[in-house]
Amino acid sequence: MQEFFRELAETYPQMNFVFFYDPVQWQRVVDGFWMTVRLAVICIVFSVIIGVIGAFIQTSRIWALRLISQGYIQFFRNTPPMVQLLFFYFALGPYTPSYSPDGWLEVPIISNVGWAVISLSFFAGAFNVEIFRAGLESVPDSTSEAAEALGFNKLQIYSYITLPLAFRASLPALNANLINLAKTTTQAMVIAVPELFYQLVQIMSDFTTAQYPSMILMFVIYVGLVGLLASGMRVWERAMKIPGYGG
Amino acid sequence: MMKSLFASTTALAVTLASVTTAFAECTNDTWNRIMSEGKITIGVKPDYKPWGFIDENGNLVGMEVDMAQEIADTLGVELELIATIGANRIPFLETGKIDMILATMSDRQDRREASGIALPNYYTSGTNIMAPKALGLTNWEDLRGKPVCGKQGAFYNKKATEAYGAELIAFGGAAEGKQALRDRKCVGFLSDDSSIVVDLQSGDWDDFEMPLPTEDDNPWALAVPLDEQACVFGRFMSGMQYNWLQSGRLIELEAIWGIQPSAFLVDQKERFKDWLE
Repeated sequence: MQEFFRELAETYPQMNFVFFYDPVQWQRVVDGFWMTVRLAVICIVFSVIIGVIGAFIQTSRIWALRLISQGYIQFFRNTPPMVQLLFFYFALGPYTPSYSPDGWLEVPIISNVGWAVISLSFFAGAFNVEIFRAGLESVPDSTSEAAEALGFNKLQIYSYITLPLAFRASLPALNANLINLAKTTTQAMVIAVPELFYQLVQIMSDFTTAQYPSMILMFVIYVGLVGLLASGMRVWERAMKIPGYGG
Repeated sequence: MMKSLFASTTALAVTLASVTTAFAECTNDTWNRIMSEGKITIGVKPDYKPWGFIDENGNLVGMEVDMAQEIADTLGVELELIATIGANRIPFLETGKIDMILATMSDRQDRREASGIALPNYYTSGTNIMAPKALGLTNWEDLRGKPVCGKQGAFYNKKATEAYGAELIAFGGAAEGKQALRDRKCVGFLSDDSSIVVDLQSGDWDDFEMPLPTEDDNPWALAVPLDEQACVFGRFMSGMQYNWLQSGRLIELEAIWGIQPSAFLVDQKERFKDWLE
């Protein structure tokens, strides 16, 4: 296997699949792959939590809370994720607590990976809030009125009655947003988060002859990863379906 | 499954190889297009003061931009500048987004295989780091296990990480890398010595120094499309470079842009000295 790719690289210099025979480069691909997977999974989880909480706040009777939530949505929805990453890491980063191991370095408590998680989760979370809000609006008022009549309080109605129903209606839009989020993790490269795209760009520049192979590999991996996520979400969507309720 | 993957990869490789074998004869496609359209597109650095950078008015300027202008003037065509970084300059050239590279590119064997590097080399620089004086670094081994900022696409990244064990944090451009050093996210900024000297002289980096012995002195090269390297375009660029070195024009440009006079250019001027002078 390694021999095959070594020979391929010698015969066709443009097809240097260096990562399939050089263990150092292979390690970079593996590290990048897991970083991408971790980043995507963590951001998906946080962004859904943010969406659920944000949608609840949107239904609040306190206008100040609604205003804060609106402000958050507008801020994160109307700025490009790459700008957010750079802003968080370079502009806010220096104001966060840090410790110094050698008198010069200031190792911030929040690493670049941490900022990527925060920034991307809030970015996708802002969309999720709106997605869940739309879902909540599809639940008939009479349903929550009935629950209120049975003695549920507002939080109980949200978590036991309206959210579970709204969730089903929101899933298609949520899928689209989460798939987008998984792809947006590549932008974490601008703050040097060593995810797959970053690692492959490094390989490309260390081995000029590995440009096409790196791009092919990148394409294959992202198609696979996003495909897996998309089909997983579809299975979930089917499993949650209530016969007779909605599409 | 594996077999069909092999088969398709090989098929793809054969297709690409047959595309690249055509460079035996000169078709001069890029050259002819430049002449007929009356415009040359040159890739320069946007973040590499003073070779190529963006001034207060948002224009790309610098020593290499001046050189690019001289190329266009000699050809009698209009100049279009495209900002490129280390990681994308060769793909830009390969895909025809730019007609040539003039972007502080070190002349390396693998780059000669991917782009049409025209000799003689017009400049040179070695590798060093910009680091705070407070740390008192003295040799490359001091970097082992420490975070070092750098930029994506630089050839010396590999050596710094593999031979000296530095934990490289590579950003898209030099500007982000230097900002990260200022924010104390790393112990030094890995770059070439000539640009570090310029930064240190600028007065913005008073508490910093260039503490390590410079390594891997490496000439810079400009590049035309690979299949035009031995054709009109490549030969013309060789002539431009010979003239820049022989006439001492690059020494003048160095002075204009406040770069420390480099011994390389003085040597080259001597090397190409006209025997009748």
